[in-house]
Amino acid sequence: MSKWYIGEGDHNDIVISTRIRIARNLADYPFPVRLDNKSKIEVNEKIRDALDGKENLTYTELKTLTRSQIVSLAERHLISPEFASNSDARALLMSENEDISIMLCEEDHIRIQVMKSGLALKEAYELADKIDTEINQSLKYAFDEKLGYLTQCPTNLGTGMRASVMLHLPALTAKGQIGSLASTVSKLGLTIRGAYGEGMSAMGDLYQLSNQVSLGISEKSAIDNLKTITLQLAAQERAAREEASKSIETEDAVFRAYGILKSARILSTKEFMSLISKVRLGAVLGMIKTDLKTINELMVSMQPATINAFVGKTLSLEERDVERAKIVRERL
Amino acid sequence: MLCQNCKKNEATTHIKTIVNGEATEAHLCSDCAKSLGYDGVFSDFGFNFSDMLSSFFSEPVIAGLGGRSLRCDKCGSTFNDIVRSGKIGCGDCYSTFYDKLLPSLERLHGRTSHEGKIPNCIVEVPDKTEKEKLQDELDEAVKSQDYEKAAELRDKIKEMESEGK
Repeated sequence: MSKWYIGEGDHNDIVISTRIRIARNLADYPFPVRLDNKSKIEVNEKIRDALDGKENLTYTELKTLTRSQIVSLAERHLISPEFASNSDARALLMSENEDISIMLCEEDHIRIQVMKSGLALKEAYELADKIDTEINQSLKYAFDEKLGYLTQCPTNLGTGMRASVMLHLPALTAKGQIGSLASTVSKLGLTIRGAYGEGMSAMGDLYQLSNQVSLGISEKSAIDNLKTITLQLAAQERAAREEASKSIETEDAVFRAYGILKSARILSTKEFMSLISKVRLGAVLGMIKTDLKTINELMVSMQPATINAFVGKTLSLEERDVERAKIVRERL
Repeated sequence: MLCQNCKKNEATTHIKTIVNGEATEAHLCSDCAKSLGYDGVFSDFGFNFSDMLSSFFSEPVIAGLGGRSLRCDKCGSTFNDIVRSGKIGCGDCYSTFYDKLLPSLERLHGRTSHEGKIPNCIVEVPDKTEKEKLQDELDEAVKSQDYEKAAELRDKIKEMESEGK
């Protein structure tokens, strides 16, 4: 089963994954902010039934999961942190290989999310679009000819689509260029932010680039736009890596990071993410033989709650950092 | 680059502000950015819609919206509720408060007319007008070579057109 972080796909030296998210609401119910729990469950079950027998999805009520399991889903980007924050009357439809996850009664009744490894915007959109059409065959959507698909937050009006790519930009980060990139892409209707951690303190030099505007621009134009900018950023990052690869300092940093990860007994999330980013750079530049699949998997699975979910109990901060160091030593 | 504020941590947030055409740049670490109120800059959608709506409608306006203000028939939201929460109550709110929301929608997206996918079953074909019905009958009559009837229908259509229907 291929998961989104498996490290394959186009431009996988830089693009970790592609994500398409589509927001929809049923016409016959107010948005979740105006729904009581009983009606929310009714909405969830209607959507579940509309997709019954299609796409092979599993329906899970959030309240049946442990806290660690829920936060781990958010760490793997399968649900939003907002969705993880409250499990009342919320449910999730998910495919076995985790490429499809549908959040029910998050900010909108329906949030279809499709994730693919590498740069695969068209492929991911086509699958999300298919699911959207399938739901719409039996349920009527809140839609307005002028404003498009109606959403609880007006930022998602129109197509209701948010397309994004997760990028590994260690060389541009080291050159201090992310700030100017952020202001450039914002003029082009896109936004870039740290994929892990708060704000721009991007752990592991991982960034999420996505479209900002959804009204008055078709899905295809938004995706084409995002793809063009992604390819330009990738070209800039590659040029910066090429330049960095010539210096002994870069090689030194890569091997030091590799050395620490292979021998450390305690690793915090922050330290781990900073080191694995250097190792990933070294692997892409051919300095280290570790494959990208192992590295990408580690980047995702060494997040705090995912470790807890993996060992099946809630560890203290110290225990978790010890456990992380142990797993990393074994896998590298 | 070190944070300009605390001069200890690595600056990871870079903010450019333009005041009266003069650009100033700030380079901050995430902690200082947060304490100085810049932490929302790169959050999911870049900003809080409630804050934006509130800034759009000055306080007295918001206060004046209370009391006898308009309510959405379907979900009972007032415009005040929407401004306070930054959340729209239901699909009907968009038509109820369309004029009030439009300026912020324009500012948000730049455009206010949907392009792209439309729902499968929503396209309702409007009922044909009287004239279109007659035109169909005329086409049918010409096809079946019933010229007498065709002439009659043609006259009727002409008559309608002259009446501006």
